[in-house]
Amino acid sequence: MARKPILGLFEDPNYAAEAGDALQRANILPQDYDFLTDAPYPEGAFGERHEKHRLYVFPFIGALIGLTVGIILTSMTQLAYPLTQGGKPILSLPPMAVVTYESTMLSAIIFTIIGILFESRLPKIKKGLYDTRITEGYIGVLVNVDEEQLNQVSGILTQAGAVDVVQET
Amino acid sequence: MQEGRVLPSRQINADLLRSILNSPKWFWISVAFLAFFVLAAFSTAGFLINRGYGVTGLNNQVLWGFFITNFVFWIGISHAGVMLSAILRLSKAEWRRPATRAAEVLTVFSLMTAMLMPLIHTGRPWRTLYWIYTLPFVPYDFARGIWPNVRSPLVWDPSAVYTYLTSSILFVIIALLPDFAVLRDRTTGLSHRIYSVLAMGWQGNARQWKLQIIAGVLLSALILPVFVSVHSIVSWDFGMAVSIKSWHSTIFAPYFVVGAVHSGVSAVVFVMILLRWAYGWQDYIRLEHIDALGRLLVVVATGWFYFFVMEILFGFYGMESDELAVRNMQFMEQPWNILMFFFVGLTYFLPVGLWLTRSWRRNLWLMSIACISVNIGMWLERFLIFVPAQARKQVFTFNWYTYAPSIVEIMIIVGTFAMVTMLMLLLSRVVPLIPLYDIKEGDILKTQVQIGRRTVPATFRED
Repeated sequence: MARKPILGLFEDPNYAAEAGDALQRANILPQDYDFLTDAPYPEGAFGERHEKHRLYVFPFIGALIGLTVGIILTSMTQLAYPLTQGGKPILSLPPMAVVTYESTMLSAIIFTIIGILFESRLPKIKKGLYDTRITEGYIGVLVNVDEEQLNQVSGILTQAGAVDVVQET
Repeated sequence: MQEGRVLPSRQINADLLRSILNSPKWFWISVAFLAFFVLAAFSTAGFLINRGYGVTGLNNQVLWGFFITNFVFWIGISHAGVMLSAILRLSKAEWRRPATRAAEVLTVFSLMTAMLMPLIHTGRPWRTLYWIYTLPFVPYDFARGIWPNVRSPLVWDPSAVYTYLTSSILFVIIALLPDFAVLRDRTTGLSHRIYSVLAMGWQGNARQWKLQIIAGVLLSALILPVFVSVHSIVSWDFGMAVSIKSWHSTIFAPYFVVGAVHSGVSAVVFVMILLRWAYGWQDYIRLEHIDALGRLLVVVATGWFYFFVMEILFGFYGMESDELAVRNMQFMEQPWNILMFFFVGLTYFLPVGLWLTRSWRRNLWLMSIACISVNIGMWLERFLIFVPAQARKQVFTFNWYTYAPSIVEIMIIVGTFAMVTMLMLLLSRVVPLIPLYDIKEGDILKTQVQIGRRTVPATFRED
């Protein structure tokens, strides 16, 4: 059975939350509907499912890679062109720490950015069903259901107070 | 901190996208005016490279003059971004909302401008290209077995600055995604296509917002240590220089960091005042925000003043002849003592005097004067740290007090100020300099609570 998206637009966040409750009562699974907004609402404001993520792993992996690269880079460059200065050891740890610290932080930050994009499922080539009124303050309730359920969901959304219900043409 | 009214999303879009969708008439005239100075600066830099260092006031004794002073100044300005964005984000200060984007963007542009200074200063900037190419994927020097000396602060410095620059650019881009989506939905034709690519298919679902908020906090926490390291390392360019003993101060790193925050935050306040005036953003950059930043600046300025006094005290305490000679120049000899008087007055006493009164903090003219004053003072501070220490008479030096900046140096320095202003203006034409979603979130979280017989404004805060 082909699944189709349907989007209800709400002016009032309370109505959008009620639409979420009504969808749940109609046995629509939480992973089949989503709330689209133009600003971050407090988590759970619409009774949406709790979103799990592993973003915190990314900076750690990045930091580890950056640390390794930093140590290799600083030690290899000094060994590749060994200059003894003032009788100090070739591998001088305090200056190595500075460059290694920067490479660790840089790599951690780059991996965090990758993590944010990956966990946000971005970039998205096909945006799917969307309405530009969402960035004007309307709250979109996007539901993915079997084609035969479209009419039922449209009714639920309208009944909950949707100002408009949009379907793919 | 609840003086503003709650505005509908549509109006926030219309107001804050005005700089992009309906450019004012003065916009291109201002850009052209600034571009003239930028062009003049680049032409002058070309002249300098063509003719050599003889056209500057630099000489055997004073090798680090206006260019390096300006480099440290712009690195300092760049610290505003993280100070406002990261620290206030982590501390969940509500009044950060209109200031963060402008601060982050100012960070990026001032860092880029700062990095131009050492390139020009080298006198042979094309050498930089050798680091990048020659053999495929192998920098020229590396191919010859020559590697950077990691024991030199002059290697630490670019590694720190480039880390900070890369991180700041990525931070700005990630925070811009939701605003790119708003622009995507409000534009047509080529602009629409460009904003669609930049928005990366952003929809604004619960997962994306959750990660966007976590990203703000997580990146802030990661960039914060980088921010501290950058100006510490910049101070070590001087602190670790063997030849100038009066720079061997252990307090340099925190002194430079606090000074950078002082000048950077002042610069952001001035930029905010300009934006408010230029684009009519009175509903977004409100007097309460300027007031709050003024209060923050009193603390930062006093922190800076403490380090300033300690730096002098430590210098005298050691009773080293080199240190005392420089202090003698700074306090007793003209023109350094006159500059010193202006520097301390402009950096601390004048602005803090203005920031102590609530009504003065809310007077935009006085705030502008105070913020410009801080930045003139901080520029002088760097000049007075670097130049007298090199210019003074030392053993086996046969000419001294020889540095006077040439017109070439002055034109390049003026050009850097025009460049940062021009880049900020140009960016305001393509991205909103106040984050739309942040303002909208602030409005969503606004509420009122009844306490006894009073109804007071409050903000819901999620942990």
